[in-house]
Amino acid sequence: MTSPAFTTRGLTKVYGEGHTAVHALRGVDLEIPKGEVVVLLGPSGSGKSTLLNILGGLDRATDGTALFHDTNLSEMTDRQLTRFRRDHVGFVFQFYNLMPSLTARENVELVTEIAQAPLDAGDALALVGLADRADHFPAQLSGGEQQRVAIARAIAKQPEVLFCDEPTGALDSQTGRTVLKVLQDVNDQLGSTILMVTHAAHTAKMADRVIHFADGAIREVVLNATKLNPEEIAW
Amino acid sequence: MVSPLDHKLVRDLWRMKGQGMAIGAVIGVGVMLMVMMTGLTVSLTETRAAYYDRYRLADVFASVARAPDRMADRIALLPGVAAAESRIVGRALIEVPGEALGIQAQAVSLPERGRPALNDIYLTHGRMLDGSRSDDVIVLESFAKAHDLSPGDTLRATMNGSRRTFRIIGLAQSPEFLYTTAPGELVPDDARFGVIWMSRSSLAATYDLDGAFHDLLIGLTRDARQDAVITAVDDLLDRFGGRGAYGREDQQSNRFVSEEISGLEAAAKGVPPIFLAVASFLLYIVMSRMVQSEREEIGLMKAFGYTNAEVGTHYFKMILAIAAGGALAGCLAGIVAGRMMIGMYLIYFKFPFLVFQLDPASFVIGVSASILAASAGGLFVLRRVFALDPAAAMRPPAPANYVRAGQMGRALARRLDQPSRMVLRRILRQPARMAGAMIGIATGMALSVSMITIYAGFDRTIDLTFSVVDRSDATVSFTHPVSDKTLFELGRLPGVTHVEGMRHVPVVFGNGRNSYRGVLTGLPPDPQLNWALDADMVPIPLPDRGIVLSVYIAQTLDLRPGDLVRIDLREGRQPILEVPVAGIAQTLLGSPAYMDLAALNALLGEPGRVTSAALTLDPARADALYRDLRDMPTVVGVSVKAQARDAFVEIMDTGAGSVRYVMGAMAFIITFGIVYNAARIAFAERERDLASLRVIGFTSGEAAFVLLGELAVVVFVALPLGGVLGYYLSFGIAAGFSTELYQIPALFDPVSYGSAMLVVLGAAFVSGLLVVRDLNRSDLVEALKRRE
Repeated sequence: MTSPAFTTRGLTKVYGEGHTAVHALRGVDLEIPKGEVVVLLGPSGSGKSTLLNILGGLDRATDGTALFHDTNLSEMTDRQLTRFRRDHVGFVFQFYNLMPSLTARENVELVTEIAQAPLDAGDALALVGLADRADHFPAQLSGGEQQRVAIARAIAKQPEVLFCDEPTGALDSQTGRTVLKVLQDVNDQLGSTILMVTHAAHTAKMADRVIHFADGAIREVVLNATKLNPEEIAW
Repeated sequence: MVSPLDHKLVRDLWRMKGQGMAIGAVIGVGVMLMVMMTGLTVSLTETRAAYYDRYRLADVFASVARAPDRMADRIALLPGVAAAESRIVGRALIEVPGEALGIQAQAVSLPERGRPALNDIYLTHGRMLDGSRSDDVIVLESFAKAHDLSPGDTLRATMNGSRRTFRIIGLAQSPEFLYTTAPGELVPDDARFGVIWMSRSSLAATYDLDGAFHDLLIGLTRDARQDAVITAVDDLLDRFGGRGAYGREDQQSNRFVSEEISGLEAAAKGVPPIFLAVASFLLYIVMSRMVQSEREEIGLMKAFGYTNAEVGTHYFKMILAIAAGGALAGCLAGIVAGRMMIGMYLIYFKFPFLVFQLDPASFVIGVSASILAASAGGLFVLRRVFALDPAAAMRPPAPANYVRAGQMGRALARRLDQPSRMVLRRILRQPARMAGAMIGIATGMALSVSMITIYAGFDRTIDLTFSVVDRSDATVSFTHPVSDKTLFELGRLPGVTHVEGMRHVPVVFGNGRNSYRGVLTGLPPDPQLNWALDADMVPIPLPDRGIVLSVYIAQTLDLRPGDLVRIDLREGRQPILEVPVAGIAQTLLGSPAYMDLAALNALLGEPGRVTSAALTLDPARADALYRDLRDMPTVVGVSVKAQARDAFVEIMDTGAGSVRYVMGAMAFIITFGIVYNAARIAFAERERDLASLRVIGFTSGEAAFVLLGELAVVVFVALPLGGVLGYYLSFGIAAGFSTELYQIPALFDPVSYGSAMLVVLGAAFVSGLLVVRDLNRSDLVEALKRRE
């Protein structure tokens, strides 16, 4: 096994204080190997999104350590976290979060303008199969297309890790499959580690590793002996 | 049971309390001003009416050189005349221990005993005259207080050339002297002008007027026609040197009170609507933002079966709560402010009592106008609530459509980086919204420009009046038109460095049916101390035939240079004639008119006469000179320019003129309110975009650029627009502040524009800091979860 991209020890996240405190994570110990497709599964409120947000540098743990290679994310300043997001990770969200005022290409360029070794925006869009829609505004694109632009935007910086929070949550099955295929391609071609949160169990079939979450803790980690191609997944 | 919607209402209001209070405050200020100003109008009008009625202020006033007492009896019998009271009025120079300068005063006769039929006095201390002693006097209370005089004290005064000592037996106020100024001066100063009432016989002896009078008061019957009475009185008094009877509206003290009341009335009508319009605009923006972000809840309510009307009512109640809250707070603040203002008015208008009275109508009008204005803003928002269909509302909104905005400005966009393109396209996409924000900010800028211009205008008025138009140090008035040889006598007094004679003649100017009662000033050729200046501050030469009018008279009578003006001189042989207007003089204090001294004397048939002299003097010898002047029998008064200037500055800073500071503060509040709201709304609408940028790896500074870039563009476009608006608004506001007493010029002063720009930029800077602070605090994860 290669060295892990992320390692957590005793990772804890508590929202609020006193008797209103909510324990979103209760001491999570985890290793995420580099280059794998990892799916975090579990019901809502189980803590999977919280874990994703902490590893992605959007949120801070209350206790414990979260290492990205050898760097402790918990000790980073806001400025360093921004730097971390800018240089190393990409995000894809359920609701796409595109800039409505920029075209598909410009949305991608938003990232390539500030990244260190970016792909060409056109190439990134070609990778998600949207080369011909590059000059369309989000309002002119379907939900699936918008999500693929979001993926193109996330991968254009050639991130080491791609975080996806319910990337197919707002999509129909056919579009969902297309989006998962794109993610698989990114993993294959760029070698990015993919960490995907979902509560759709079938998505797990494309993963190298499936982490089951419940009540803020890992219940089970399953290694898939045989990964399915997203196109073969039944919804 | 309280409906769940009402629970939501209360919680929503609590959540948006900051913005709600800001808008409520704008409404409140508008209502406060209205309640305060209409209340003051009512208080002044009604108190004045009651005071005049109770102390029987005359309806018509006539002064005459010398008329026999029987003429008063004849006038009393004229149709329409209810009462006529003759009296003697003269000028006096009071000596105050420790002061070299004599103080100008007016001596007014009262009946030997009992009350006068007209122009009674309100005795505040001591007793009335009882005919026992000829040296008993009653003194105007405000003057007595300024000099610490009380009944039992003595008073020395020079009257008609003879020096006398009086005994003060009482202090009084009078409806005739609500607003008192020394002759030839326009600004009241309690310490520098007095009124003394004394017995008729005593004054008659002083002025050699036994069996005669030179002032007549006339009370009218209810159905009397004032014009007819005035004409009849003029006819009767003409051969005794009548100076022309005039109605109460032309009586000096009353004229100033009326001026103040009409200024208040105009302001009460003009200013509050500005505040309500601004509030309406802000409410529209805030509510439409709220409906946009609650589209899901609205859809849900509709899906549960709430009707459009019920949902609409829910949001309308919120508008009502803000409007009504602001309006009620404004009513209360208006009462408090009104009571404070009344105290200020009592300094200038000597009412025996002045209680702030509310105009109940102003409550009703204020509250309902606020609600109407707020509803006007809200109705547009409600239209959107109705238009939402439940299913659409439950889906996340489609991304805002930027296709058209993307087509525009493509060439420009190509040269910009992505964040700048976002700024550009947002502005292009909602031109109306941006224009609204720009106009709003420009309005704030315009208000600031005009208020700062007005400040400069006040300074300009003072500077022009006391340094440019009048270059003398003091002005000496004589008991009667004296030979200009007196000027040589004055010039020889130690301490006098330059003397210039002038002649002031009461006159009625006329053009067609318009007339204006004023004073005509004769100036020597090539004057050095007082002159008529045109708008460029160049002296206007006074022709042999012709008259130079001040701007105010020219405007009142609608006259231009070259026109003929009718002048009805009320002195000497009282000629009435028409003379050409030779020029318009730029004066900012008072409303003078000028003529060549020799030409004026020729018209009167009295060559070589002057009624006053302007002096420059050696300050080191001023006190000795004032004592010398006090001892000159022909001198009836000395006005020292520095004192007149101080009095004027004081009335500007504490009287009606001080409102400009309040207006200035409000201009700033409005400017800040609009800029801050524009920034807040931009932030609220883009919170999710900004969070996305931060997630992608933009620093908070880079994300803030996208937010503040828009604000910066809006502000920079608004600045020149505001400058232009302000230029025009200045004239309107300057006209509003100008009165017959003083005119405030709207000067184009680059400093005013620069300062106003700093106000707007300052407001933008602070607003920017506040929203960036919110941006840095906002929770990325929360912002991203939001569907819109």
